[in-house]
Amino acid sequence: MTANEWQVVGFTAWVAALSTLVILPPGLAVAWLLARHDWPGKSLVETLVTLPLVMPPVATGLILLKVLGRRGALGGFFHDRLHLDIVFTWRAVLAALGVMSFPLLVRSAQWALEQVNPRFEQIARTLGAGDLRVFFTITLPLALRGIIGGVILAFARALGEFGATIMVAGYIPGKTATLSLSIYQSVQLGEDATAYRFLGVSVALAFAAVWASGWFMRRQRR
Amino acid sequence: MNLLLQNISLPLADFTLEIDAQLQCQVTGIFGPSGAGKTSLLDLIAGLRQPASARIALNDRVLTDTAAGVVMPPRLREIGYVPQDLALFPHLSVRQNLLYGHRNGRETGPLFGFEHVTEVLQLQPLTARGTGDLSGGERQRVALARALLSSPRLLLLDEPLASLEAGLKAKIIPYLRRVRDEFQLPILYVTHDEQEVLALCDEVLEMQRGRMTGRRRINARNP
Repeated sequence: MTANEWQVVGFTAWVAALSTLVILPPGLAVAWLLARHDWPGKSLVETLVTLPLVMPPVATGLILLKVLGRRGALGGFFHDRLHLDIVFTWRAVLAALGVMSFPLLVRSAQWALEQVNPRFEQIARTLGAGDLRVFFTITLPLALRGIIGGVILAFARALGEFGATIMVAGYIPGKTATLSLSIYQSVQLGEDATAYRFLGVSVALAFAAVWASGWFMRRQRR
Repeated sequence: MNLLLQNISLPLADFTLEIDAQLQCQVTGIFGPSGAGKTSLLDLIAGLRQPASARIALNDRVLTDTAAGVVMPPRLREIGYVPQDLALFPHLSVRQNLLYGHRNGRETGPLFGFEHVTEVLQLQPLTARGTGDLSGGERQRVALARALLSSPRLLLLDEPLASLEAGLKAKIIPYLRRVRDEFQLPILYVTHDEQEVLALCDEVLEMQRGRMTGRRRINARNP
């Protein structure tokens, strides 16, 4: 492996981890709202959140390109106010991975939260606990295994993202090149040996993620 | 105690719960068949369900008054609730369960001390354990102690003996009597067992399909 290839591996792992971290707080909040409350527009939000899971990733990428571009609603704001460009930078990679893995996190966390018997939360309230204390001492610990599962799913999805990333970030070596993009690019250029090395790293990362989740769940069970 | 249940109306699946009563005995039994609305009544008093209309007051403290738009949240009601399934927190040890509501006592400090409650209910040897390896009777005592340690002004017990076999019931009844006599708390005791009413209660309300169908004093408490 060359230094450039290691840079690709490090960048991919780092940006996938960061995107998972960034979507965790809003993902948990949305999952909790969906699992524990009824409100107008709930099914619309549920559908919107799931959309990136079923739409072609390239189509999601095109939407992101329009929204995050300099003339897009969000991209314009970032460019004019904060002097930050998003499209075709690492920030676009971050956005693509976050949006694409968000549904997996929300769906898993929502399911995990729904499995928690509301009676535990109610009794905790009669014992004097407020909403935050109930969430952090009862709901979250009881749903933790499912939530960790969702985090690992989201991270794995982010590691392998291709379609949305290529649209919104492009393949720019040293800047936006992730493992998936690099495998494709290597094959296109006929550099099979490079592609196989990236392939090996992908398998190792996937193996490590699945193994870590299994280890964590066994440890949780005590 | 003085528990006022006025104009209570809560639509349930098959009927509407409608109660009007003033309770003044220390231990009041709520007696009736399954599905009579007994648990729903406890949920209303604890604030876990919102009625269509109700005025609920405990010793001049208004808990719910729908006409005035008052609904005190459950965490402020100072009502100890032992539900039928006990709801022991499965991820916490017995000790952590017991202490969950202990810090939230009144400003004057907890009403009953940890040592005192665990001694009365003989829980000291259990505190280090998890909740998973407790027997049915032990679980019952832990849930009771957890409610007592939150410094309640009223204790709601929902069929505390229903899930226990006959031999075990006889062992738990003395504990319930000790709690009644030692802590002098008002208790609402939901049951469908006449023997339990006679063993523990001063008065009993009979309920069927959401209505009060009878009310009688139990003259002599069994020793």
